[in-house]
Amino acid sequence: MRNTQATQLIFEMSRIGRRATVLPPLDLPVPAVDQLVPKDHQAEAPLPLPELAEGDVVRHFVNLSTLNMSVDTHFYPLGSCTMKYNPKRNERLCSLPGFSAVHPLQDPATIQGLLQALYELQGMLAEISGLPGVSLQPAAGAHGELTALMVAAAYFRDRGENRTVVLTADSAHGTNPASAAMVGYETRTVKSRSNGLVDVDDLKSKLDGSVAVFMLTNPNTLGLFDSQIREITSLVHEHGGLIYLDGANMNAILGITRPGDFGADLMHYNPHKTFSGPHGGGGPGAGPICVRDFLAKYLPQPIVMKNGDTYHLGTGENESGTNDSIGRVRSFFGNVGVLLRAYCYIRTYGGLGLRRVSEDAVLGANYLLSRVKHILDVPHGDRCMHEFVASASKIKKARGLSAMDLAKRILDYGFHAPTVYFPLVVDEAVMVEPTETESKETLDAFAAALFRITDEAPELVHEAPHSTKISRPDDVTASRRPIVRWTPE
Amino acid sequence: MTGYLFHTDQDRREMLEAIGAASVQEIIDAQVPADVQMKVPLAIADGLDEMSLESLMRSLAAKNASAASHTCFLGGGAYDHFIPAAVDEIASRGEFYTSYTPYQAEVSQGNLQVMFEYETLVTQLTGLAVSNASLYDGGSATVEAVLMSLAATKGRTKVVTTTALHPQYRQTIDTYLESIEADAVVIEATSNGTSESMIAAIDSETACVVVQHPNFFGRYEDVQRIADAAHQAGAIVVQVFDPVSVGLIKRPGDLGVDIAVAEGQSLGNHLCYGGPYLGMMACREDLIRRMPGRIAGQTTDRRGKRCWVLTLQTREQHIRRDKATSNICSNQTLLALRATIHLSLLGPHGLRETAEHCVAKTEYARQQLSRCQRLEIVHTGPVFKEFVVRDRDGDVAELMQTAFNQGILAGVPLASWYPEMSDCFLVAVTEKRSRAEIDRLAEVLSSSLAAV
Amino acid sequence: MARKPSNLLYASSHEWADVEEVGGDKIATIGISAFAIEQLTDLVYMDLPKAGKKVVAGEEFGEVESVKAVSPLYSPVTGEVVSVHADLPNQLDDLKEDPYEFGWIIKVKLSDESCLSKLMDHAAYEKQCSEAG
Repeated sequence: MRNTQATQLIFEMSRIGRRATVLPPLDLPVPAVDQLVPKDHQAEAPLPLPELAEGDVVRHFVNLSTLNMSVDTHFYPLGSCTMKYNPKRNERLCSLPGFSAVHPLQDPATIQGLLQALYELQGMLAEISGLPGVSLQPAAGAHGELTALMVAAAYFRDRGENRTVVLTADSAHGTNPASAAMVGYETRTVKSRSNGLVDVDDLKSKLDGSVAVFMLTNPNTLGLFDSQIREITSLVHEHGGLIYLDGANMNAILGITRPGDFGADLMHYNPHKTFSGPHGGGGPGAGPICVRDFLAKYLPQPIVMKNGDTYHLGTGENESGTNDSIGRVRSFFGNVGVLLRAYCYIRTYGGLGLRRVSEDAVLGANYLLSRVKHILDVPHGDRCMHEFVASASKIKKARGLSAMDLAKRILDYGFHAPTVYFPLVVDEAVMVEPTETESKETLDAFAAALFRITDEAPELVHEAPHSTKISRPDDVTASRRPIVRWTPE
Repeated sequence: MTGYLFHTDQDRREMLEAIGAASVQEIIDAQVPADVQMKVPLAIADGLDEMSLESLMRSLAAKNASAASHTCFLGGGAYDHFIPAAVDEIASRGEFYTSYTPYQAEVSQGNLQVMFEYETLVTQLTGLAVSNASLYDGGSATVEAVLMSLAATKGRTKVVTTTALHPQYRQTIDTYLESIEADAVVIEATSNGTSESMIAAIDSETACVVVQHPNFFGRYEDVQRIADAAHQAGAIVVQVFDPVSVGLIKRPGDLGVDIAVAEGQSLGNHLCYGGPYLGMMACREDLIRRMPGRIAGQTTDRRGKRCWVLTLQTREQHIRRDKATSNICSNQTLLALRATIHLSLLGPHGLRETAEHCVAKTEYARQQLSRCQRLEIVHTGPVFKEFVVRDRDGDVAELMQTAFNQGILAGVPLASWYPEMSDCFLVAVTEKRSRAEIDRLAEVLSSSLAAV
Repeated sequence: MARKPSNLLYASSHEWADVEEVGGDKIATIGISAFAIEQLTDLVYMDLPKAGKKVVAGEEFGEVESVKAVSPLYSPVTGEVVSVHADLPNQLDDLKEDPYEFGWIIKVKLSDESCLSKLMDHAAYEKQCSEAG
């Protein structure tokens, strides 16, 4: 039963005079506050914030929460986002005041336990990637991309090389070209072949002395590991360029292969994906980066260092007193709360366990692929790594059901939708990433639901979802005449 | 083995059979060339069961001092404000915690409505027309505002800032500007810790001025005057504001500011050694299409029901790619949710009272510390919730250590950012500090003199 | 007098141009074709240049957005923008109804007429569209 009263906007629920928070009395021998704040700085009117009782607030937000699908409540096979189970123990442990109440400007001597965890995490990320230089500072995957490209730019500047181009794959996440543009690079797109892998001839035609970095996702966004990886990375290196690995898909290869071993020079992790950080309705994430030894001196500072038994924060200054670090990319150390959850996760599995994670992610995706390929066209073969991309193109022609229709209707069956219309290289793309934390029964049920939908009356599917509070919002009006805040009538 | 996996041996056999593969290794071998596969296991210690992990993490946590174990007077962009229990309780619900970006609006109305409420609250706090759904933190939000200004004033390349702007925000701006054609000009704050001298640096090349108010030293800036000068020169005005301060003082929008950014940690978010925090941003209506990040908007569904969606998405990287307003994808929605709950609990009176407590308690602390012989209050003008203190003996480290030994995190040393203030530290006083705690701070810092 | 699609010149990027002589100057009125509007689906926003801007044949002069796509508008001619249909972005449904008369976007005073020779007539453009469709 829905409580529609409690899910009005907080502004509509507001009643003048209601309040939840009361502070203790202020009893200090100081002048009144309006004497302490200069008159011309004082606000002339009270803020128009809503006035609510604590019970209002709790009931409102708890009711709102029930309108979301989440990993805790539903299978969430959102391709590219690795929506795996978020361990409860990590929440309890990372909320200990010894972590959550640490101020970012405390003296390192007062936070040795925290620095130990972060130092060890740096080492683990280096080991998993095969790249020894680690910065935990970036706040999200895209921020990691940007930071790593700044590192690459600093490296080329240092060498006196004027390289102006970043290559991205046509199947790449949109963040790749967007990050490159923010560092002032011109982006050029490298095509994929019909088998979904990099078109090496196209790459060759675009490689010259102006190319700084080739940004590669491997396994790529089609869920395919590029078997030509060695040839690709060698080619770029021969031209003096660097290889950047978008680590969005690390969940497929933990302990199986390492970016550093297949030729990557820089990469980012998405610990909220690979190492189970809760996605929080859109974030927070974190975007630690790993680089080869010759690039490490350009990393943002601080980095946690160990001297004997003591941990401290490095400044990046080298023995001659100079500093090659690109500087900071944000305030304070990094998204420590997310990083600590990654630390807990890696400690829980250990080296062998992490490989098992990836093996099960690959097993689950291939199993679901083996079921789905009888329902939808899967253009890139019957093997994948941790995810696969099907196409609704044929069923759209045959029965008028688009990828969006399938996505909307599957919600009625109690599953979150796969990613649709990405990657752009597949027509009517349906991108499915089951992760390793789903049972065979769940995967079977999902495939069965998809099968039923393809047999349903098209009108029923076009109007889906039917079981949700709302259905098919009007995006056009929302964009044409944006209403982005509540205003009193 | 420990962990969160599902499959029984029986499951695995059945799944492999359906796939038509003898083993997972066979599936991997079909794709990953043998010469790049690992021959040895990862050199990471064996996995831990839940009880062992708990004892490890508890032992690491026990080695850290914190605002929970010590009385915290540290500020400088992150503050020990009170967080009501309802914030943690509600925000830890799995339906919020373990969902993701609302790509399917029908099953994300909870998150989308929260984003819309958050955006509205931010416009109410700033007096500006539009807000996005969050950025990473105060520092990166400030840079995004600078990049927005550079794009909106195409051709202009000068960014005017001041030493009274958070030093880490300035460093972040410098890092980003390194790769593009723009330079930051940093104006020296006056001896009384304010930045009127920015006005003289504004010219026809200036894309934006970035002023923090109240500033890094806790001082109030004459934002209105700076804004007037900037607008006359056709430049954009960016204010870094403190979301608690607007309970009491004029809002950015009341002062002529075009883009307001803030660190939202103060609104119900834990200190957590610097992150995850909440980057807030609001701006003038006509700048909306240059805004970075997600924006939730109101619309109706096919049955005419009011609802919320992600809107104006053509600004974003997944559509516009290299021409996007920013590369941001994952943001800080969970922290924005916490801020929304926090502000709902505080309301206008709670926020005003919080700000009043900060001002009064900071003034009281200033009085008490000014009585310590060894200490000098550096800026005599009014402050909001922090202030700079000089140690006449020039041994800030010793002073901080003494206080620490007495259970107090007394201040942030300024030496690493301000060579001329190598004998100074920054003291912040929030509503959480009691009169007794402030008295104790003064007592400990005074008795340190006796110890010398 | 209503503008007839059959009398216009077209760029391969789907913009049309209607060139008239006004007081000794050649002025081209520019818009986008009905076919393009159909392909772009529901338009939500347009970003237009200001009068006085110099445009070059084949180069971008503005943008048109649908909910999930952005498409550049390419100028079919070279010259200076002398007039802009500033209200058009607020009347995108009307643009869809009447792309050739109401839906004009900018008027450009030509500085170089040689660019006109690279444009297609209506028959050639129709052929291009039918092949694409």
